[in-house]
Amino acid sequence: MPSRAAERDPAGIGTARAIGFVAPALLLIGVFLVFPALWTLYIGITDYRLTGPAAADPRVVGADNFTTALRDPLFGNSLWLTALFVLGSAVVGQNALGFALAWLLRRVRTGLRRTVEGFVLLAWILPGPVVAYLWFAVLSRDGGTLGLLLDRPGTAWLVQYPMASLIVFNTWRGTAFSLLLYTSALAAVPPSHLETARLAGASGWQTVRDAVFPHIRGHVLTNTLLISLWTANDFTPFLLTAGGPNHESEVLPVLIYRQALESGRLGYASAMSSLLLVGNLVVALVYLRLLRGRA
Amino acid sequence: MRRTTIVLLSVAGLLAGCLGQSRQADPARNADAKDVTLTITANAVAGGKNARGADWIANWVIPRFTEAQRAKGVNATVRFEQNGAGDEDFKTKVALDFQTGGGGDVVELDGIWLGEFAQAGHIRPLAEVVGAAEVDAWDGWRRIPDAVQGLGEFDGKRYGVPMGTDGRVLFYNKKLFARAGLPTDWQPRSWDDLLDTAAKLKALPGVWPIQLDAGTAMGEATTMQGVLPALAGTGTTVHENGKWQGATAGVKEVLSLYQRIYREGLGDPVLQQEAKGRDRSFALFAADKIGILLESDYFWRSVVEPRTGVAKMADRDTAVGWALIPARVPGAGVGGQDFVSTSGGGVRVVNPNTEYPRQAWELVEFLNSAEAVKSALAGGAQVTQRTDVNDEVLAGDPMLRFVAERVLPITRYRPGLADYPKVSAALQQATADVVSGRSPDEAARSYHEALVEAVGEDAVTGG
Amino acid sequence: MTPGWVVRRIGFSVLVAVVLAFFAVPMLWLAGAPFDARPGFGLRWPEWTLSNVHATLRHPFALRSLVNSLVLCLVATAVTTAFAALAAYALSRVRIPGRDALLYLLLLLSSVVTGTAAMVPLFVLMLQLGLIDSRFGTALAIAGGMLPAAIFILKDFVDAVPRSYEESARVFGASPRQVLGHVVLPIARPGIATILVWSFVNAWGNFLLPFLLLRDVGKQPAAVLMRTLQDEGGSADLTVIPVFSLLYSIPVVVLYLVVSKRYGFRFHGGIKS
Repeated sequence: MPSRAAERDPAGIGTARAIGFVAPALLLIGVFLVFPALWTLYIGITDYRLTGPAAADPRVVGADNFTTALRDPLFGNSLWLTALFVLGSAVVGQNALGFALAWLLRRVRTGLRRTVEGFVLLAWILPGPVVAYLWFAVLSRDGGTLGLLLDRPGTAWLVQYPMASLIVFNTWRGTAFSLLLYTSALAAVPPSHLETARLAGASGWQTVRDAVFPHIRGHVLTNTLLISLWTANDFTPFLLTAGGPNHESEVLPVLIYRQALESGRLGYASAMSSLLLVGNLVVALVYLRLLRGRA
Repeated sequence: MRRTTIVLLSVAGLLAGCLGQSRQADPARNADAKDVTLTITANAVAGGKNARGADWIANWVIPRFTEAQRAKGVNATVRFEQNGAGDEDFKTKVALDFQTGGGGDVVELDGIWLGEFAQAGHIRPLAEVVGAAEVDAWDGWRRIPDAVQGLGEFDGKRYGVPMGTDGRVLFYNKKLFARAGLPTDWQPRSWDDLLDTAAKLKALPGVWPIQLDAGTAMGEATTMQGVLPALAGTGTTVHENGKWQGATAGVKEVLSLYQRIYREGLGDPVLQQEAKGRDRSFALFAADKIGILLESDYFWRSVVEPRTGVAKMADRDTAVGWALIPARVPGAGVGGQDFVSTSGGGVRVVNPNTEYPRQAWELVEFLNSAEAVKSALAGGAQVTQRTDVNDEVLAGDPMLRFVAERVLPITRYRPGLADYPKVSAALQQATADVVSGRSPDEAARSYHEALVEAVGEDAVTGG
Repeated sequence: MTPGWVVRRIGFSVLVAVVLAFFAVPMLWLAGAPFDARPGFGLRWPEWTLSNVHATLRHPFALRSLVNSLVLCLVATAVTTAFAALAAYALSRVRIPGRDALLYLLLLLSSVVTGTAAMVPLFVLMLQLGLIDSRFGTALAIAGGMLPAAIFILKDFVDAVPRSYEESARVFGASPRQVLGHVVLPIARPGIATILVWSFVNAWGNFLLPFLLLRDVGKQPAAVLMRTLQDEGGSADLTVIPVFSLLYSIPVVVLYLVVSKRYGFRFHGGIKS
């Protein structure tokens, strides 16, 4: 019969040791993450720049940067594109493809499953700059693979369909995480449930909806949260389109990068980072809400 | 709550402490030091960007300078901080260095950054850092033409020594001209003249007659190889009498030129929007698929160069022609000129934070001596800052001699002001608008609004 | 073997083939372009040559940058994995008030710091700490940015280890250290392996931090070198880039293969919160 203490601490770590375990991580996070992050938020209320007169004498301008951003059509454009990017490539693309693959590969031969998983994972672990070159070769106008396959050589996919290209690209890039997660989630679904569904004559889709989904709801939500956050903050689109043509693929991290490095407007870029943080916060809150709904 | 306040206060304190310090130091400090350590910072790296410059600093400058110092009884150690990243990345890194009181003792900057660095207090006039007498005593100044010296000046003060310069011309493919029945010895006199030739080239299948950089993807290339030379052809420069050109007649004429090229099928509008469009335009020119291309002499030296270029043309010397950029109509160019051009180049500055200002200046003098400038070319040819070197090394290269003799006298530099990058970005946006189908008037209006937003109403004319 | 079964079978095979092609085809460039006499951005049968390989190996910083990357990423990965595992274990087993909210907050803040806007604070911070041009310091900064997500994911893995295992072990007199080493670690191993690969991959592609914090080009990692492979005017150097891309990809692939062979690379029931 476990005591209250054992309930709170079943492994017998003890408070002192627990603090000792958490301390190194918290120290690093405190120094290299919380501190610079707070400082960045502070810079967001100044007119600080890297060069020019405002670099010599930065002034606190209060909420000016935020109101400027909210009125800036480029910011609105980026916000919309980021939402599109997250919805298309993470919430729908990676989620659906990851789940579909996990579901389909459940019972195929080990060799085939390993091969497919291997390629999906390879897309995930290759370094960003290399991946950018790979996709140039797919989408380029000079003998790019996609143009050859569809018999439309000379189509500049990244220029004519920039967001669609990025969404397909990011689905390719990130499906591995969802696949891994759903594979393990499906393994935990009691076989008896699936058997019951089969005996009841449920179609594949009905089985997923009625027998599987209730079991893996938590997985779906956690997965969606993580990949949404990662996608919303992903900088790789810059390597592919640099935000072009004419801001048509300028997602928020790209806009922030361009404002910070190309225009040197660090105060403004920091303010936009904070707004991105608020956006992330909203997504996380929605997620927590849904998760509570389950419990 | 109290903890948060303390954190915020310390953040603010650190910010103020690190990001706003003023420096005022004696130019003669450590002038007699026997042990000197100097660092050169450049956006050049062995095996990568500007590899030749990097090798030169490492293998020629450092040993020779160290030796020369040893002869004077000074034990000098010279380090070389190589970079090789994108210009904006490099600029950020250097700005962070200056801001925090560090950085190399001699730093190579793009001339166009001079103004913003000076206004930020990152760099100071040479006279302050090194001492006016020291600086003026250098005999190299009289070898550098005044126009080129201007590259290293801001607000009428010298901040650095230019490292060389370039000039923009119209390159054209003589083979295509011959195929279209055009004379291969070509010099347009006006924009109409240029566009008529382009229209004739249009008869050739698979050939884009003209490439005038446009759009935001090309970045500064659009401004430098497109808008600014065109604007000079309308008789103005982008910054005149203390004001930036808004939606003026000149800007509208430039945008109309873009419209005529890209809406009448004389140029490829899609190429202007590709992330690697400029590289592609080089490859297309080399493959005889672009007729006329406005570029700097870098195109001749490093792009279509037959042995080491990035888009080699084995028959460059016979196939590539060059012509001056015409004003809109003869005599309508800036300063009443018939022909115009724009130029840029790098500048070497002495870091105000240096421990050894005198020795750093000696290093700059050394880097800009005739002997050093000649050796930097490593047998190649390039328009340098020094007339004596140019006379010698450009003799064998008709194109570069053309730039030194015909282009440099009529060229204009960009205004090295802190606001310039914003103006440049707005101009790029305006050309992008025109290429994607908006009318020049509309594009000019949006440009004017963007400009007012960026630099303030008082600093803009026209509209 | 009903006709329906055959149709489904064929449909399934086609589907798998399409998916396989979708993931594999973009990688073909990495197989051809490095050995092509005229490499470009497009897929074609190469004119086979090894001259690009020679050119890359002759590059003064190519191999050294890969070694630097290894050093940088091994430190960052070791720190991230070890610290995250310890913290995740403690956070999973000991109830600390506001634990989840704190984790979420850190996860969100990590997105600010990994963005470009935080570069000035990070730079000044590292300068004050005397960690400019230090590979070790840079690795710590990278690890700091990755830790929240690593803890977040690992905590779920540890949550999945039934507490009854540890309770029984303790009933048999095992010390907390033994519980950790002999009970928890073996079960959480696939999770730790996953985080190991994840953090290594993330650190391996990081450009901005090493670029700003490491001054000596001889210390810079491959991600930074990758951006310097240009000519004077900034055009991509296509002799070196494809081969270097290949070399640059090999370590992560090897790491993945080793880890997945030894520890399994899957989320055994992990991450569900």
